[in-house]
Amino acid sequence: MAGSDAVWSAQGTTPDAIEAALRELLVQRHAENESYVPARVLNMITFVDREWTGEIANRLRGVGRYHASRLVVLAYEPRRDRLDARVMSASEGEPAPGEVSLLRETVVVELGDRHLDDLLTIADPLVVTDLSTLLWSPHGHHEIITELLPLAQSVLLDSVDEPEAREALERASALSEEVYVVDLAWLRSTPWRERVAAMFDPAPMRSELRTIVSVTVRHHQESTVAALLLLGWLASRLGWRASPLLSDRTGLEGRAHASRQDVRLRLEAAPELLVRGLAGVAIETASGRTLQLDRGPGGLRARARDPRGAEREWTIPGASRGETGVLGEGIRQALLRDPTYRPALKAARAMLA
Amino acid sequence: VAVAAHRPAETPEAENPLTAGLERLPVAPTTLVIFGATGDLARRKLLPGLYNLAHDGALPQRFHLIGVSRKERAHEDYRAECEEAIRRFSRRKPDEAVLRALLENVKYVPGTFDEPSVYENLRKLLDGFEQQAGEPLNRAFYLSTAPNFFPVIVERLGSCELARHEGAEVRVIIEKPFGTSLEEARQLNRRVLAIFDESQVFRIDHYLGKETVQNMMAFRFANGMFEPLWNRNYIDSVQITAAEDLGIGSRADYYDHAGALRDLIQNHMLQLLCHVAMEPPVNFTAEEVRNEKVKVLQAVPHPAAQQVREIAVRAQYAAGHAGGEDVPGYLQEEGVPAGSTTETYVALRLQVDNWRWAGVPFYLRTGKRLARKVTEIAVTLKPVPHLAFSQDGSLGVEPNQLVLTLQPNEGVSLRLGAKIPGTRMIIRTVNMEFLYGTAFLSQSPEAYERLITDAMRGDATLFTRNDEVEAQWLICDPILKTWEQMPGPLPTYKAGSQGPAEGDAILLEGDRWRAI
Repeated sequence: MAGSDAVWSAQGTTPDAIEAALRELLVQRHAENESYVPARVLNMITFVDREWTGEIANRLRGVGRYHASRLVVLAYEPRRDRLDARVMSASEGEPAPGEVSLLRETVVVELGDRHLDDLLTIADPLVVTDLSTLLWSPHGHHEIITELLPLAQSVLLDSVDEPEAREALERASALSEEVYVVDLAWLRSTPWRERVAAMFDPAPMRSELRTIVSVTVRHHQESTVAALLLLGWLASRLGWRASPLLSDRTGLEGRAHASRQDVRLRLEAAPELLVRGLAGVAIETASGRTLQLDRGPGGLRARARDPRGAEREWTIPGASRGETGVLGEGIRQALLRDPTYRPALKAARAMLA
Repeated sequence: VAVAAHRPAETPEAENPLTAGLERLPVAPTTLVIFGATGDLARRKLLPGLYNLAHDGALPQRFHLIGVSRKERAHEDYRAECEEAIRRFSRRKPDEAVLRALLENVKYVPGTFDEPSVYENLRKLLDGFEQQAGEPLNRAFYLSTAPNFFPVIVERLGSCELARHEGAEVRVIIEKPFGTSLEEARQLNRRVLAIFDESQVFRIDHYLGKETVQNMMAFRFANGMFEPLWNRNYIDSVQITAAEDLGIGSRADYYDHAGALRDLIQNHMLQLLCHVAMEPPVNFTAEEVRNEKVKVLQAVPHPAAQQVREIAVRAQYAAGHAGGEDVPGYLQEEGVPAGSTTETYVALRLQVDNWRWAGVPFYLRTGKRLARKVTEIAVTLKPVPHLAFSQDGSLGVEPNQLVLTLQPNEGVSLRLGAKIPGTRMIIRTVNMEFLYGTAFLSQSPEAYERLITDAMRGDATLFTRNDEVEAQWLICDPILKTWEQMPGPLPTYKAGSQGPAEGDAILLEGDRWRAI
């Protein structure tokens, strides 16, 4: 069922006029068909360089039902003097009799350097009051996030975007002191965390968690932070004290101190992996048991060797979410709270100290 | 005290620290065996549900599926059937690699459910999977067959020593209907519980897997504003409706034996009544929640034969119009025996005789071929004691009504009185609406996906306990028995209508049915 859009646009406009247009469009759509109802879940403010607006719009279009209820795109063009705006109210489909169709609103505001000092007063009237607001600045512009923080309950970032892992972790850590951080690098490790947790969930295996002696994480070349966060998660959940990792020819290596033994930690880049995220995790316990998970077709390929040396291999089904899926999950997570991210982040920072 | 002092302290199983913060909790390695593996339910719901769990990475890390059915076929042929069913009925387009990975672990055992060889072959496959895994795997037996096979399968599982397994859990999941009468339900419970412990038995009522039904508990117990009003002092009546716009379709064989009371009231609608009327449980463990629900069912008086006419109405749909088309009446539907007295509509008035609800009527209504499809619970509050501005014209003022809609538009609406803009104080009713779809990003999982996962995890909160089933039958059985003694034909209602006029007969003075 095809949806329909209603559009308003103006040049040289003001935030008040844009906000009035949003209200007017809503009245118009409801008059058109009373089955149209506005989604009221989440505001999302995105600050982007104007020339990348299309690319960001494409990425956000792919998130499907995780689209924010009201998306405010602040499209930045340094020398622009005038505030131009476009407002769209899009329905997800023609409502069937007796059913409702959700309306999602997108506001694109084109602005320049002269507007940056007053950015808060431009964005504030455009968000739906009482809804949680998520900030995202995919092209850096950290100062803008700081400027808009009073409006937000959460910030979306992707720590693997930062060229330096250390800076990425510092930035995420500083932000998480002030607001809830949704880090796409962390979300890329979710299926791995779920599966490692499941591997050690059967009662006989739980005791072996305390005897882990080695963890190796293989990752996309630019996803060191995702791998560090996975190690940080294990360290924080299992009470390890990690020492800084040192780089060698093929990766980073170091040790963590568990209550009974030291744990060898190793990160290795996986040049064959073409998408961001993790390529594999291998864990060894003191008994000689090894568990290995690797990306494979249709899920994760699991390999296990028990203390007697018997080896087994199988596939744990699961579809790849792709980058769009990860972004959608990031938006959804803005409404949840994961208490394990910050401790994992802290432990990961210790590994790069 | 002395005995307790000498008893060795139980060491609780250490928590898994890695599960904190995860939305999806681990499910122990499991082999799921579906009896009735080629049936409609397996094809439409179970197999697509399993695929979607696989797609989301939500199946146990080791998962095997064995289909058991009468038809002779090879493993590959059954895999091909599974694939076809998944492609046809899955809520999302299958990912080829995931589908392949899932199907790799599918096997098939042909045979009738009373043949010992079926269970021997089953055991060989189960043992083979465990050998492959190097560890015992949990076993879940899903009984998706005609109800007359439930005791046969359960007893065979017992006699073939498949009801227990060293080092792993064995569970049995039983589809509805759980008996067609109190006596049958009791007998079935006795036969099942002679083989399995109650903690191993998961009786499915798929309504309980629906997000909106679970939301009712959140609505009642996570919001302070409703609970103070939630009693006989403020509530005038409760109306629970499950209306369908469709007829019986091709299900005449099943439906004509069941009827609306067995099909919906005995299970789903009485469960909804429990959710409305139950006391807040101490916690949300399976036992606490089910204890509270049973107390509600036990507080509903079992109707005596002479009361049935006053509190229960049944009817059948006659030819009419639905969705702009002419549609046949029940007796003209294909496969329905001539002169059938099976009810396609039921309306009941029940009481919950406890401190909280004494005197509040609970109306339950369900029917096929009604004006539209809707499932809702309407809670009508008592009128205000005095209307100060009545002389200014407020004839439209009605008591507040809170409506929880389960389908199709899940949400909550509150009917309020409000002043009509103008110079005079004229009141009319307005609705304050909340729709779940507008307020959450996530899509609700299919009820069966949730229930299969819960059963594999051993969480029985959303399943019906033996005493619940029997308490439900204790309410419905006297009505059915009385109806059996009453001659036909039944009152009729026009297809596509609001139901029979006779439905009004059970309403207390001042009450009326909500428009469907």
